[in-house]
Amino acid sequence: MHDKSVSDLQRGLRTGEFSSVELVETCLARIEALDGRLNSLITVTGERALVQARAADKRLATGDAGPLTGIPLMHKDILCTRGVRTSCGSRMLDNFIAPYDATVVERLDAAGMCMLGKTNMDEFAMGSSTESSYYGPTRNPWSLDRVPGGSSGGSAAAVAARLSPLATCTDTGGSIRQPAAMCGITGIKPTYGRVSRYGLVAFASSLDQGGVMARSAEDAAFLLAAMAGFDARDSTSIERPVEDYPAVLSDSVAGLRIGIPKEYFDQGLESGVAERVQEALAEFERLGAVITDVSLPHAPLSIPTYYVVAPAECSSNLSRYDGVRFGYRAENASDLLDMYKRSRSEGFGAEVKRRIMVGTYVLSAGYYDAYYLKAQKLRRRISEDFQKAFERVDVIMGPTTPGTAFKLGEKTDDPISMYLCDVYTTGVNLAGLPAASIPVGFTDGLPVGLHLVGNYFQEARLLNAAHQYQQASDWHLRMPRGIA
Amino acid sequence: MHWQAVIGLEIHAQLATRSKIFSGAATAYGAEPNTQACAVDLGLPGVLPVLNAEVVNMAVMFGLAIDAQIAGRSIFARKNYFYPDLPKGYQISQFELPIVYDGRLEVTPGDAAPFTVGVTRAHLEEDAGKSLHDAFQGMTGIDLNRAGTPLLEIVSEPEMHSAAQAVAYMRKIHSIVRYLGICDGNMQEGSFRCDANVSVRPAGTSTLGTRAELKNLNSFRFVERAIDIEIERQIELLEGGGTVIQETRLYDEIRDETRSMRSKEDADDYRYFPDPDLLPVVISEDAIAAIRAALPELPDARERRLIEQYALGAELAGQLVANRAVADYFESTHGLAGTDAKLTANWITGELAAHLNKHQVGVDACPVTAEMLAGLMVRITDGTVSSSGAKEVLAGMWDGEGDADSVIQARGLEQMSDSGELEQAVDQVLAANPSQVEQYLAGKTKVLGFLVGQVMKASAGKANPQRVGEIIKSKLSP
Repeated sequence: MHDKSVSDLQRGLRTGEFSSVELVETCLARIEALDGRLNSLITVTGERALVQARAADKRLATGDAGPLTGIPLMHKDILCTRGVRTSCGSRMLDNFIAPYDATVVERLDAAGMCMLGKTNMDEFAMGSSTESSYYGPTRNPWSLDRVPGGSSGGSAAAVAARLSPLATCTDTGGSIRQPAAMCGITGIKPTYGRVSRYGLVAFASSLDQGGVMARSAEDAAFLLAAMAGFDARDSTSIERPVEDYPAVLSDSVAGLRIGIPKEYFDQGLESGVAERVQEALAEFERLGAVITDVSLPHAPLSIPTYYVVAPAECSSNLSRYDGVRFGYRAENASDLLDMYKRSRSEGFGAEVKRRIMVGTYVLSAGYYDAYYLKAQKLRRRISEDFQKAFERVDVIMGPTTPGTAFKLGEKTDDPISMYLCDVYTTGVNLAGLPAASIPVGFTDGLPVGLHLVGNYFQEARLLNAAHQYQQASDWHLRMPRGIA
Repeated sequence: MHWQAVIGLEIHAQLATRSKIFSGAATAYGAEPNTQACAVDLGLPGVLPVLNAEVVNMAVMFGLAIDAQIAGRSIFARKNYFYPDLPKGYQISQFELPIVYDGRLEVTPGDAAPFTVGVTRAHLEEDAGKSLHDAFQGMTGIDLNRAGTPLLEIVSEPEMHSAAQAVAYMRKIHSIVRYLGICDGNMQEGSFRCDANVSVRPAGTSTLGTRAELKNLNSFRFVERAIDIEIERQIELLEGGGTVIQETRLYDEIRDETRSMRSKEDADDYRYFPDPDLLPVVISEDAIAAIRAALPELPDARERRLIEQYALGAELAGQLVANRAVADYFESTHGLAGTDAKLTANWITGELAAHLNKHQVGVDACPVTAEMLAGLMVRITDGTVSSSGAKEVLAGMWDGEGDADSVIQARGLEQMSDSGELEQAVDQVLAANPSQVEQYLAGKTKVLGFLVGQVMKASAGKANPQRVGEIIKSKLSP
């Protein structure tokens, strides 16, 4: 049951082949059996899932069910869930029980989904390996001594290991696509403003976007359709109807214009990854797509630009963790300043502190113009590059990451090499574009991801292209061998 | 040496919206601590601000009222600093692109020369919460009811040169925001307060001296006093060979002095940057035109109209319009009474104002309604009550004894105007005072006052003195 697609699960629930309660119990049993090794979950919410499953079974029985009623999922622990700890992977929020639900959580609850738990993540979504979590690292189900990527590594590992068919996740610089690639699953980050950020603990507000992890583009389409849409509580969410993603999956990709940026195949790209990506592109050509070279001249500046903009916003967004109203507070502070200093020093981990310091610096008087303002200007250039490319092509493709999953601890002492994991993904966030990663094979036994970038609100086109590829391939059906 | 003071004001006017600037929580004053603070006001993880559209309209109204430019596109920025009553660790304000900029205000104080003050900018921002230092032993409580209350910060150019000018300017702004209905102007509750930047320089020079910032002045009297003291302090310091340092100072009204709070060396770097959670505020020309068309009559225009329409003197008209409610009260009273406008205006700015001051109530809460005062104006005009009697009538009405006629009747304040009765009283007085009558007839007309006084006394004050004088004169005319 754990290996079924969402549409098979829908069918099974409708025909009474199995109930939502049975489905949830199966998932919970797998979590019980396997997550000790993976550490993909910070909090398991079995009882809540079962309550939701029983309600879903009633809805299914009365014909009051939607496409996702009774289907289990996990939420990244960055989404606020009423009455359940929302830790954001940090000691700072280890004791934080949100008194409200994020819009995404509210919508998926209303759709009748059953929340199995909250997934592990890099602290405050800052990282590319899920090693900076206060709750310990998550392991890659393809190779337990390797990282699952990050920051949504918990969601990626759980979906890859078939602990849950679906998971929510967020992407600020690659946090959906990079772990999806490293765990051999499908992940999509929608256009900025497509999914409400209300209730999503902020890292870098102008870049953060909620999205989906699933085993296939088809599964992802169901979940994204239920999550997306305007929310009056998020001023940056966009008032525009949501397309029926599942309905367009079977469209042909013949004539689809695919752009290949030469900047994405520069030095630093592992040859095994490059080969799998070339093979996938060849498959798209066989399906009738047309491949064209495009150029994104400012792409190499994405990482430095991102590492000014994101820390600047993070330094401000994380100011609220001061020990005054909620979260971690150091004991026996001698005065107010001491309380601030010690609560923040003890509550935050090293990477978070590093980014707060960088962000504080780039916003400081005398440095603002040279860093923050300049980064904003580059951000515009990076967006313009994409717009120019999209005049000629429909989708831009390339590798999601320069390499495959690395060993635990391999990059923890070298933040720059860690940052370079996101070399292909951060530009997309800076431009606010939608992008997906799908599995396109293996090198040395580790999954390789293909990065698909669309123009604004082209989620349907990305999912369609991904689905057509997955109809012609079976990489997305491979079961991780690190897990029984 | 002669010194010139240079003063600029930053006025914080709390906008009179029902809900907060970025959340749906109520803004009402005086609720139990933390009962009007929602998840957004508490700065919980994951919450987002949503702009209350009403504050934009209010800021535009103000901008138009002071002849300022309205920014077609303005930006909210974050002002970052740590303070326990600042829940997010930053205040959402406007920095580089404020919604209102480049305005001018003519100020015409009743008793001094008119002057003009440039208004650099007016921007929207959220208020912080309050720290309660006395509520808990050895601890500080935080009340976030006020957090997120909308403020319009109105920044003037440093163009005022005395405490009196600063106060006159502040009063003018106070009057405008209340006319517009965008701020209740309640200074005790902190709805209208100001910081003053004060410096001095040798008269005739144009370089600005080093300034001190006087924080959180919440009454006109404190503004005047604090600025006066600060000017004096700076002059004394400079004349003694010292230098003024740039710092923030607090006015202590009990010790009547200003004291250093912090100097510029430990001034914060607020690290302003555009708030990525909020979109730019875009206002179309059409929207501005619609707001302009709906603007209420403003104090200057109303003053001109009162002078023209009711033939009032400038000073009297100025007193009436300073407070929109008072001017409204005047116009209602006058409309109902139809008597001499100046009489009504004088009663409102004189006797009624004295009652209001004495009892510390605004004209909105005045127990004497415009209708009641109009009744009294009619009775004064038709001679039913004397002016001294009328004061008693007003006091009676204030104390809840009913309308003018009821008080006149209950207290027996009606003047004796009946000719027969009056003539009888005059005859008796003339008969009782032959020597004064003789003096009068001999040309000593001053004695008329004495005779009138005697009649008044005999009538226990009820006689109409004007009528009495007339009757005596006609009886004693040759």
